[in-house]
Order: sequence, then structure tokens, then C-alpha cells
Amino acid sequence: MSAPDLLAFAHAVASGAVRVIDLTQTLSPDFPTIALPPEFGQCAPFRLEEVSRYDARGPAWYWNNFTVGEHTGTHFDAPIHWVSGKDLPDNAVDTIPPHNFIAPAVVIDCSAQSAKDADFTLQVADLLAWEADHGRIPAGNWVLLRTDWSKKSYADFAGLRDDGAHTPGPAPEAVRWLVEERDVLGFGTETIGTDAGQAHHFNPPYPAHFYMHGKGRFGLQCLTNLDQLPPTGVVIVAAPLKIRQGSGSPLRVLALVGATETGR
Amino acid sequence: MSKPLVRPKRKNPLQRTRLPLLPHGQRSRTAHGLTLAAAQGRFALQVCDDCSKTIYPPRDACPYCLGAHLPFKDVVPDGRLIAETTVRISTDPYFRERTPWRVGTVQLDAGPLVIAHLHGDTVEGERVRLSLKIDKSGAAVMVALPAVETADMQADPILREMTCDPQFRRVLITDGRTAVGQAMAKAFCEAGASIVFVGIANAWKPYPGMQTLAGLDQVEIVPLDLTDSQSVTDLAGQNGGRIDIIVNTAEHVRAGGIIGRDGISEARDAMDMRYFGLMRLAQAFGPALRFRGADGQSSATAFVNLLSVHALMNWPAFGAHCAAEAACLSAAQCLRAELRPGGVKVLNAFFGPLETEWFQTVPPPKLAPSALAKAVVNALKQGLEDVFVGDIAQDIRERLAANPKALERELGEG
Repeated sequence: MSAPDLLAFAHAVASGAVRVIDLTQTLSPDFPTIALPPEFGQCAPFRLEEVSRYDARGPAWYWNNFTVGEHTGTHFDAPIHWVSGKDLPDNAVDTIPPHNFIAPAVVIDCSAQSAKDADFTLQVADLLAWEADHGRIPAGNWVLLRTDWSKKSYADFAGLRDDGAHTPGPAPEAVRWLVEERDVLGFGTETIGTDAGQAHHFNPPYPAHFYMHGKGRFGLQCLTNLDQLPPTGVVIVAAPLKIRQGSGSPLRVLALVGATETGR
Repeated sequence: MSKPLVRPKRKNPLQRTRLPLLPHGQRSRTAHGLTLAAAQGRFALQVCDDCSKTIYPPRDACPYCLGAHLPFKDVVPDGRLIAETTVRISTDPYFRERTPWRVGTVQLDAGPLVIAHLHGDTVEGERVRLSLKIDKSGAAVMVALPAVETADMQADPILREMTCDPQFRRVLITDGRTAVGQAMAKAFCEAGASIVFVGIANAWKPYPGMQTLAGLDQVEIVPLDLTDSQSVTDLAGQNGGRIDIIVNTAEHVRAGGIIGRDGISEARDAMDMRYFGLMRLAQAFGPALRFRGADGQSSATAFVNLLSVHALMNWPAFGAHCAAEAACLSAAQCLRAELRPGGVKVLNAFFGPLETEWFQTVPPPKLAPSALAKAVVNALKQGLEDVFVGDIAQDIRERLAANPKALERELGEG
């Protein structure tokens, strides 16, 4: 196999022949973070404190300090995040081999089902139906679940009611099937987490976390612009911050799409 | 008779806002015995340990027996107004803007003759009740009130000057998610505030009482998150110039001490919400409050801190929480000095465990949020600086005064 022409690739990005689509939500203080019962430790929301802005604190420069949780905004989940992945080798953001951070993706469009039912759960049957149209999900791919959840108001995005959050996500069997039958790289969503809002009632609870991380796979959440992606032929660039023994990190997620591929 | 307050006309935006001026506020260390009593709404004068005479003005030696032991004791404040006069011209910058101003001589039943500011409903020759008030400079002054309450007596201009009555003022309740925040909003509506801005953080998160709160007539819900500097600055930019009273209802109560905890995440959250939250509020809203301290009948007037009484002495069962409260108390003392040039008061309301979720396992007596809210409104109407609300707060204050070391040990024993 001859070496790929990386310069040609770079030229294609520069010329627009390869489109770069930003799948990242802007880090801002008011973007919802996951809400756990208040007696638990909480994920820090994004906060910005000005250090100086061309003033007495620093006359010629503007800069900020920020604080943020590992699981705030558009972020990456490493296997060490979940108890099922705690003993795996290379399971933290600093030790995951970096080639995993550039990988192809398939996009499963469930926006219609999710619009009808906030508690929509992705089943194996939905995945098989997708494969009937687009072919078998290749090993080593990200599976991105499009729900158009990123287009909602913050209140609807969080979907909090007095019995918890109501947001779509995968059924336990579907996650297990993706890991065991299709050997995927990870699972990505537009919602606040990779699991459904009511996933603490599933068996096992939080199956996307349990099965994906239990087998050393990754998670991406709070993605946006998935509606601009074609079902196949997408390459994801998603490299988390290199935090020592970090369980995840906010990151910039970019999708590369051939210009001829379109979202709809 | 006092005339009821009328809703002030809207300000003419072509007129300059008058800057705050202060009456002379210097007092001797001994005279601050009066300041202490005034700050808490008590009436106390020196009573000689040796000859039992009641003494005024404050002195370092008894004028009757030269005794040197002259502790301040609560004294019956009743007397007779034996002479009065009206000052029409003054060279003092503060008073010359406020004439005519009535002053008079009161013969106290307890003995001393006292020169006092006169409430409009007092009558020469009649019985009066003296009250110690904190004036705009922060000093204690004597105000003679009618012996029997009169209609609308709170509307008297001299009293309005010495107090922080919420009527026709615009109030900011910083956190409306809590039971205390909602009780406060209700109490300030009932006290006749013109607008009660109520801050809500993370509007995407529903909360109990949301409908009732939004349904209150004067309430206007505003986005405010005290842990987010930008959010505080944004609200100050929009509404800072028209807020007269700030009531900081942000709370972060968690059980647990210092070494029994895992890590500092929770303690950091508490400090962020309480201490840094107070600092963000003060930095964003303080300058406008201070600037508007003499802005007409409904000038900016008060910054209210709600503090656990255990800010004064740590209660190890809630030890880390108490440490954050102590930080807030210290900041409040600083804020008091910083707002004084504007004649704006800092009211610290101290209380024990509340009848709220985070004190669920604590046995009674616990203070109802509505009782706390009522006490805060009352304290503002009286112009107090410190109020101890409920049995636990009173008890802790007394035990602290009697023997702080004993209190430390006792609280540490659970």
C-alpha cells in the first residue's frame, strides 16, 4: 500500500473540496450541564474570569482564566469515566492511543422519532434498518445519533421534569450490539449525555456508559450540526485535552466531509 | 399626623442625581455603646455600677459619683418632650439640604435629659418614646417618636432618612429558587416594594414554587447566577441603577465538617456561591448603590446578608458550611465600611437552622423561611445593622457574649 498523499488532503481542506463541519457547542456559562441529585458531587459549569483586559491588571493584553468540569459542554468520555472501564489499560484521556482521535463515523438519523417522543430509545431494529439502506456499520467507526436535540431551547434540551430528564438515547441491547457485533469505536449524541434521560431505569443503568466504556470504547456528547453530515463517509477529529488520568474533557469536535457528500 | 407616602413621581432624567452627604458621624469609643444598641434596635444607656444613676451623653466617669464602671444597659425609653425647636437654616452641608428639621429636649423617666431628632407626630409637652437609630453616617442618634403609634408614622421624613423601609423601593432578591428566596419575595411585595426583581439561575432547570413566585404582582424574574461573574455584571448593567435594596438569598448548605469530607469540590462550590457570589454582587451593584444613597425619597438604602449564626462560632456538624458563612460575615463588615460613604446600610441577619430541606435531620427549633423574611423586612423598617432571628440565633449570641470558649466546646460536642 502506498503512502497516502497528506498534502493533497491538506489542499482539499484548503480548497473546500473537503468540508470541515464544527460539531462543537460554544463553551458558555449558561449551557446546561448534567444535573445529578444535589447531594452528589456536581459537574462544574463553564466559568470565565477575566485576568486583564488592556487595563491596570495587564495594560496591553486580554486574557481569562476558566474553570470547567471534564464533562461540561461538548465533551469526550474516556473508558475510565465508568466503573465498568476502570481497570482497562490505556483508559484515560492521557493514555488513549492518539490514532483513536481521528476516525470515520456513521450517522443514524432518528430526528423524526425523537421529535415525536422525547424518550425515544434506539433499538437494534433501528440499526438494522439503517444498515439495510447504507450497508453494514464498519468496525472502528464512531456511531453518531442524530436527534436534532441541539436545536432545542435549553429547557427542552435538558428536558427536566419532576421524574427526571426526558431525552432520547440508546437501548441497552443496541449499545451491546454495536460493541459486540459491530466493534464500533464509540457512541456520540447531541444530548447532554450518551445515555437517554431516563437511562438510570434501564438494565443495566446507563448502558451507553456501561457497555461502551466496559469494552474500552469512547463517548461524545453535546454535539451539534449532525444534520449537516451524510450517513456515511464522515471522518471525525476529536482529541480530548491531555489531562493526567482524566475521565474526559471538553474538546473541539470536527467532522470532515467530502464536498460531494451532503447532509440531506 | 404623618401623611402616607405616595409613590414618588418618576425622576426627571434631565436633573442631576444628588450625591450623598453625611451628618457628622465621629463618636468616642465609649459612645459606640450607643452604636451597638442602635445597630440591634435596643435602647441602652450607661448605668453607673456604683450609684445606679442612668447617664447620658456617654462618659468615662460618672458625673454624680465619679465611678468608672459605666456599662450600657437596656433602659426604659419613655419620657416627655419638654422643649422643641425647628432648625430652618444650617451651615452643615447634610442638614442644610434637609431643613426644616425639628429637634427637642426629652426628659427621660430614667433620669437624663436628651437632645433628640423629633418625629413629625411628636408634640411639645406630650409623652414620647426615644429610639436609638443609625443615621446616614453610621452613628447612633436619638429620635423621639410619639408614645403611641400613629397612622403612617413610618412615612415621616426623618424616620425614612434613618431607616430602610422597602415601601416604594425596588428590591433585588438574588436567588428565587430557595424557600427563603421565595418567602423574601412575598414579604417584600407585602411591604409595598415597587418592584421585586428575583434572580433565577439556570432557567432551564425547573424548581418548586415557580408558578407562585412568578404570579406575585410586583415580582419580575431576572436571570442571575451568582457563581457566574458575567451573569452578575449583565444584570447590574441592565438594572443596577434602579435597585435600592439587595437581599442576597443565595445559599449553599451541606452537612459535614472539614476532615470528614472527601476533597474540596463541595467546599469550593460553597465558597463560590456564598463568598465569591457576595463579592461579585458587591462589585457589580455596590458602586451604583453608593452613588444613589441620596436619590430622593426612594434612594438606594440597604444591602442585606443572610448569615448562619454559626458564622460567629463554628458548628462542626456543618463545619465547612460555617467557614463559608464566616467568610461572608467578614466580607459584609468590609462592605459596610465601603457603602457607608453613600449612606447605604448593610444589614446582617443571623439565624440558626432553617425549616428547609438541607436541615431535614436537624431537630427543632428551626426557623421558618417566612419568619426570617418577616424579620428582615422589620429590621429594614427599623434601620438595623444586625438582627438575630429565632431562638437558636439569640441563644448563640448570648452564649458567645458570656463565654466564647465554652460555646466552642459545646458546639463541638454535637
